[in-house]
Amino acid sequence: MGLKEIVLSRSIYVFHLSSGSCNNCDIEILDCLTPRYDLERFGITLVGSIRHADVLLCTGSTNRMTAPIIRKLYEEMPKPAFVVAFGACGASRGLFKDSYNTGQPLDEVIPVDAYIPGCPPKPEAIIGGLIKLIGKIKEKTKGR
Amino acid sequence: MNLAEYLFMFLVFPGLLFSGTAGLVVGWVDRKVTAMLQWRVGPPWYQNFLDMAKLFLYKETLVPKGAARGYFLGMPLLALSAATLASTVLFSANGGARNGFLGDVIVVVYLLMTPPIALMLGAFASANTLATVGASREMKLMLSYELPFLLALSVPIVKSGYALKLGDIISYQVINGAIVGSWSGALSLVAMIFCIQAKLGFVPFDMPEAETELMAGVYIEYSGKALGILKLAKSIMIFALPALIVTLYCGGVASGSPVDLAKFAIKYIAIVLVMILIKNTNPRVRIDHAMKFFWGPVASLAVLSCVLAVLGQ
Repeated sequence: MGLKEIVLSRSIYVFHLSSGSCNNCDIEILDCLTPRYDLERFGITLVGSIRHADVLLCTGSTNRMTAPIIRKLYEEMPKPAFVVAFGACGASRGLFKDSYNTGQPLDEVIPVDAYIPGCPPKPEAIIGGLIKLIGKIKEKTKGR
Repeated sequence: MNLAEYLFMFLVFPGLLFSGTAGLVVGWVDRKVTAMLQWRVGPPWYQNFLDMAKLFLYKETLVPKGAARGYFLGMPLLALSAATLASTVLFSANGGARNGFLGDVIVVVYLLMTPPIALMLGAFASANTLATVGASREMKLMLSYELPFLLALSVPIVKSGYALKLGDIISYQVINGAIVGSWSGALSLVAMIFCIQAKLGFVPFDMPEAETELMAGVYIEYSGKALGILKLAKSIMIFALPALIVTLYCGGVASGSPVDLAKFAIKYIAIVLVMILIKNTNPRVRIDHAMKFFWGPVASLAVLSCVLAVLGQ
């Protein structure tokens, strides 16, 4: 394993963006930082500013209001950056698929690296998604 | 001493390399103790080093549109060099040799005041509204804590016979016992710990970087290497400020022997633990409350301890 692979997969700053979610996913994200799951031991921290972030965690169905904001935030992130689509809405627009307001799913707005399905995903599913994300980070930075 | 020795002191020991490493380890102690207080496991000891490596080696450094580029990128460097220099002066005045100079207390205080000012200027230069609000809070916070800080700082100076030299304050404590043992010393130590808490931006007084309302405030536009430099400067401050308290109130490092170093380490860890406990058991206060708190009770406490010190208590 190269240094880049180790460093980027062991120190993940997460910026949590709610792009029109019903707040259920947002509560489940905080559950992962509580004593039972404690994701900080793997170096995962929630940060307040998009400029500090490595991972953009996007909850909610991407609607016409938030799609330009998501695109702008992705452009504001310092690269290398990764995106996780969180929950059924983030992954596929969920039950709002045929709504007049949700024009396109998240992965047509910005490139998505990992999906965490569920409505809302259980903390175990979030940790499973995290492992998928770390696999993706390692794949992208291999041999550097 | 020649230039090479000064450079070694600034860059290796007790300057950038030593203080930076120690600061990152103390930063980990902070995170680990916080996690243990919340019944969590917490990150491994090398977590802060990984974060630093990520920020310095692999992340992009962005300058926002409309920002004053020179100020925005230069101010983190000023903060880091001032913090490193403060740590260097402080630790070269400690130990058996005590390579201090007359007035090094004032120089250390001056240098410790520089990183918040640099942070403030950098935030103002970033053309971000939230950063500006954070910077104005930082300014008000500085105005509030500097008064009791300087008053409390004058107690060890008065007690040690108006010595403006860190080495003389340590020598006084080696002969007469630690300054914290007297009434004035104990009272001013309490005032000092609150001021240090605010100087470090630890939780009851973290309004400049309030994560939930200002989204990291003064740090908001910094990314990559610039953020790494600011974090390193803050780590060095976290290392240097409790060490300053131990030097002024609890005897510092009397000589280079292992026993004295161990004594210093125990006192240092005790002060750091008190600060982490205050941090974890208090909510963030509002800026006007903080100002009232520092100019009211804490300043009165500091004035009282000053009067007691002059009276020889």
